[in-house]
Amino acid sequence: MAVPTIVRERTPQIIVLAVILALNAIISPGFFSIEIQNDRLYGSLIDVLNRGAPVTLLAIGMTLVIATKGIDLSVGAVMAIVGAVAASLITSGYSLPATLAGALFVGLACGLWNGALVALLDIQPIIATLILMVAGRGIAQLITEGVILTFNDKPELIFVGSGSFLSLPMPVIIWIFVAILAILVVRRSALGLLIEAIGVNRRASTLSGVNSRVILLAVYAVSGLCAATAGVIAAADIKGADANNAGLWLEMDAILAVVIGGTSLLGGRFSLVGSLMGAMIIQSLNTGILLAGFPPEFNLIIKAAIILIILIVQSPASQAAMANFRASRQTVAIKTESREHAAR
Amino acid sequence: MKNSKYLPLLATFVVFVLAYVICISVFPNMLSTRVAGNLLTDNAFLGITAVGMTFVILSGGIDLSVGSVIAFTGVFLSVILRDTSIHPLAAFVIVLALTTAFGAAMGGVIFFLDMPPFIVTLAGMFLARGISYLLTTESVPITHPFYSTLQDLYIRMPGGGRLTLIAMIMLAVFAFGIILAQRTRFGTYVYALGGNLTSAQLMGVPVAKTTVGIYALSGFLAGLSGIVFSLYTSAGYSLAAVGVELDAIAAVVIGGTLLTGGYGFVAGTFLGICIQGLIQTYIVFDGTLSSWWTKIVIGLLLFGFIALQRGLMWMSERSARNMRHASAAQASSA
Repeated sequence: MAVPTIVRERTPQIIVLAVILALNAIISPGFFSIEIQNDRLYGSLIDVLNRGAPVTLLAIGMTLVIATKGIDLSVGAVMAIVGAVAASLITSGYSLPATLAGALFVGLACGLWNGALVALLDIQPIIATLILMVAGRGIAQLITEGVILTFNDKPELIFVGSGSFLSLPMPVIIWIFVAILAILVVRRSALGLLIEAIGVNRRASTLSGVNSRVILLAVYAVSGLCAATAGVIAAADIKGADANNAGLWLEMDAILAVVIGGTSLLGGRFSLVGSLMGAMIIQSLNTGILLAGFPPEFNLIIKAAIILIILIVQSPASQAAMANFRASRQTVAIKTESREHAAR
Repeated sequence: MKNSKYLPLLATFVVFVLAYVICISVFPNMLSTRVAGNLLTDNAFLGITAVGMTFVILSGGIDLSVGSVIAFTGVFLSVILRDTSIHPLAAFVIVLALTTAFGAAMGGVIFFLDMPPFIVTLAGMFLARGISYLLTTESVPITHPFYSTLQDLYIRMPGGGRLTLIAMIMLAVFAFGIILAQRTRFGTYVYALGGNLTSAQLMGVPVAKTTVGIYALSGFLAGLSGIVFSLYTSAGYSLAAVGVELDAIAAVVIGGTLLTGGYGFVAGTFLGICIQGLIQTYIVFDGTLSSWWTKIVIGLLLFGFIALQRGLMWMSERSARNMRHASAAQASSA
């Protein structure tokens, strides 16, 4: 049986996603039904894809950052900044392309700032990105001048959040496009390998000729761009920029999605497909908890439980224990075999 | 290069004095024990948990769960005082035991499963916040008479300022933290762990016990901070103290502690708390500035101190290299 590698590698994630989706279907029988109204697909599954867009986009950038043994805590704050920029540009009369360009540029600048701190000043990633995480919401508040900037009369920007194209919601189209682009770029070129090399040992890869500074800068810049895209979608979805709550704690969800997807926090190995599935697992959980009528408060406890299980499975200690267990079982098998031989 | 150890602390002290001088020159009223007393009272809970964070960061770790643990403590106390007739002191003991055990469990997972503290304490953050949501999602007032007795305790300072009980608790915790870090075997172990884990292990530092102890201490102090917070607000609310872990980390970094571990002082964290408090007080006095300037200024200060630390490390590395070169040249000429 020729099972595609991607399926074989991601079996745990596929099983978890299938189980959660099945549970959702038990809770609400119409979960898998999809119908077309006004040339657009509707249904709980489409809703999962749609609602999961921001975390999915963040997870794409975060995967690459974590693969270099880094972390980007600022993505939630960058979403807030970019949402504020987009809202203030569109309300002051700029066209949609100019607004989007401005928003993406600000996200790129935020990413480059993080990248410069990490790659040029050699600051620990967790600390370097903490600066923007703390200051970012303040900056967003300055841009919106402390109010929630709404743009109810700008259908072109709202379209990005709630419009549809090819009968799929726009956010879904955007994240699928970004995901395919990212996978092609890192896996059809040597870039993915170089990123992993930096994650394994930055010094060694620099010595062997990898330009680790440029790659680190690029990786944080991509994370900033992904956060910017997510920020525009989140703002367009609620037709306004909320500097306090846009993207709040989404950096944690993105990191969780990456970890669920099988990318090690210790760097050196990553899977974009895994992270996408991780994001979908988180979103199906959220939707399932809502459908089941549980209070959303359960969300956090379930997430904590999932992190704990993944930690235990991924931890070097338990993997060593598993290896020991397998080895001892083999030796036991050999021993009993030889004893049987001797008995004969 | 002995003195470079104290340079970040000195820089923090200079920034604090400068900030205070600027504040006083703009608002002469800020030079009073009233303002000082209020500053200590308002930041008491943050200071207490920042002491625990200092130990965690000195050991090279991080604890993201403290904000949630503070919220949990407040909610637990308010619910238990509302629904049972337990005396608050007994409730304090129970909740401190719970948060200490919680911290110790996280330390255990970090050491025995060999996982990054960041992700383990992130799970702890979700768990503690989730449990407080389950207890109640509303803000529950605390009306026990013992609470008002505690809230009315204060020492009158010259000039009319009040040193409240919770401010005194914070100062006591800082004194305890300074002694623990500088004058005990546990403190030495913490510094050794942050300096280099492998060498610490080889030197015979009990790494397992120390790691569990550090996170248990952080959990205990987060619980104490939660008690102080409940005294400060007279209520328990599951959405309270969101992001306090970031403020605590910022105070530790502004206080001159190296985030990679091994270098730093508890006293520096106290200065870090005072600087943050000064910024807030200035904004309150000014009245026209919005509160989000606090975040931006703290972000700038963070950047400044991290850049300073990098510069210092770069300089000490360069001088070490120069010394090596010099000794190599001597050896070859001889």
